[in-house]
Amino acid sequence: MEKSIDLINQRIRDGNARVVTAEEMPGIVAELGPEGALREVDVVTTGTFGAMCSSGAFLNFGHAEPPIKMERIWLNDVEAYGGLAAVDTYIGATQQSETRGDQYGGAHVIEDFVAGKSIELRASSRGTDCYPRRSITTEILLEHLNQAVMCNPRNAYQRYNAATNTSDRLINTYMGVLLPGSGNVTYSGAGVLNPIMNDPKFRLIGSGVPTFLCGASGMVIGEGTQHSPAGGFGTLMVTGDMKAMNRDFLRAATMHRYGVTLYVGFGVPLPVLDLDVVRSTAIRDEDIEVDLVDYGVPSRTRPSVRKVSYAELRSGTIELGGEEVRTSSLSSFRKAREVARTLKSWVEKGKMDLALPTRRIDPARQARPMHESLTTPRVLDIMDRNVVSVSEDDDIRTAAQKLLKGETNHLPVLGREGKLVGIVTTYDISKAVINPGKAKVVADIMKRKVVTTVAGEAIDVAARKLEVHNISALPVIDSGQNVIGMLTAIDLGKLFGGRWRK
Amino acid sequence: MAEMKLLVTFSRKTGRKPIIAQAVKDTGVLINVERAIIDSSDGEVLIDVPDEQCQLVRDSMAGLGASVRILESRIRFNESECVDCGGCISICPQEVFSFDPEWKLVIQEDKCILCGKCVPACPHGALSLQL
Repeated sequence: MEKSIDLINQRIRDGNARVVTAEEMPGIVAELGPEGALREVDVVTTGTFGAMCSSGAFLNFGHAEPPIKMERIWLNDVEAYGGLAAVDTYIGATQQSETRGDQYGGAHVIEDFVAGKSIELRASSRGTDCYPRRSITTEILLEHLNQAVMCNPRNAYQRYNAATNTSDRLINTYMGVLLPGSGNVTYSGAGVLNPIMNDPKFRLIGSGVPTFLCGASGMVIGEGTQHSPAGGFGTLMVTGDMKAMNRDFLRAATMHRYGVTLYVGFGVPLPVLDLDVVRSTAIRDEDIEVDLVDYGVPSRTRPSVRKVSYAELRSGTIELGGEEVRTSSLSSFRKAREVARTLKSWVEKGKMDLALPTRRIDPARQARPMHESLTTPRVLDIMDRNVVSVSEDDDIRTAAQKLLKGETNHLPVLGREGKLVGIVTTYDISKAVINPGKAKVVADIMKRKVVTTVAGEAIDVAARKLEVHNISALPVIDSGQNVIGMLTAIDLGKLFGGRWRK
Repeated sequence: MAEMKLLVTFSRKTGRKPIIAQAVKDTGVLINVERAIIDSSDGEVLIDVPDEQCQLVRDSMAGLGASVRILESRIRFNESECVDCGGCISICPQEVFSFDPEWKLVIQEDKCILCGKCVPACPHGALSLQL
């Protein structure tokens, strides 16, 4: 048996379509069987509510008198794009305020507009014969705009890897606060309710398909940026009229020490055409697995600690290395349900006709990493290979002489096997000289906890270590803990003018 | 048994009296230290004591030169900003936050020790401290 989209739309218009949420569907399929579910259910509604950084809106202000071609534009001190001629702009969600930092950004401008608040528009221009005006400052409301069209390049990720942090330092990421020593796990995504997860072959979700977007009815434009369904990470580009949106389903947020983002409520009603649709909408949280990724490693290829399902993540704790670790969601399952239920009531009340894609989304694409024409400098390109070191049994005076002779401020300390066991600085030695006590040998005054780097590490990562730990040198070690070089703040100077490439 | 949270502050400039230990010894009340920030000049300790022995402990510590006040306020929660994501849940050392069966955030304020770890962990600025 198959059902046509026209039949389903006819039932919607007649007010007798059977609509369920994607959370209810697995139970119905289990009870009635696939054939029975196909006969019974006409539409499955999906929903998700979470941080979707790649979001923003096109705004048209209308012409001023005398007219201006706005070239640089700020909305409540958040810069908006000025390359769209005259009186159009695009405000991106993650752009931060020039006066309030990460406490206010493009996402807040969008939320404030939707909440009916007044926004200060400030713009400047060089002035032309046809657009003589050089600057403008005015207070505007959403209703004053001719168009306010939300257009989000990358939304509704099919799933998202969960995050933990095996390093010994608390880190702040777009996956929230991650405690050291795998102290917690964070995750994002609606799992069972996620739109793409319920249509992974993109048979129903594609260009022109009607959606719920932040409380308004919206539309799928097509595949989202970074769309990578081959690995299970499909995305959508979506649009909707900001004037019809509702703050209940759109919230600005700040990820601590990461920045501003926009929480977006999004959902797609899926017509139950055939058994394939029944099977894909019968998916449960248990069936959806993601990698639990170690964000303690600052690289694009972060290692996976293990696989984990949304059912496990949502249970509140997961088992990690023999311990129970608590989980935190960053997206709201309650709000995702609200989206799916709102969409359900819209379809039940005949407020929304369904449509099939006017253009299909490729279900097999794989996003590629950035093409980098210049290799990123690595530690080995600029490190000082001439290592002056000291032994832990050496007299403090020996260390002082080496510092002077070696014209350095940092001495890696080697143990009896020649491996790194500590570090001493000019500061440690000066302190020992000023407070002569029991300290005699280097081992008495060295710091044993040494922050290190490796030859293949990207300079930016090593430089961030210097900054975060407030230090000025890193011993470069090999896999056997042997010191093969030193990287100091002075070496970073070699980066200027491209000298590292020679 | 209901418990009371007391914020004990004292100066160490006048000497380094073991105020907490002395108060425990004198009153015989078992005190739970929830949080302590002590540097060279001042100390601030958050303690848990049973309701009925609260006055006894207060008087004892006041007698030892500390200032003691009952902590009524807990973490401040702005419900209109909360979206029930649960970002706070795994950060809190006291397990103050959890979900109800409808995935709405539930806050058990009496467990809060005002450590403030949840404040930056909330993406929506819904949590704040007011000491």
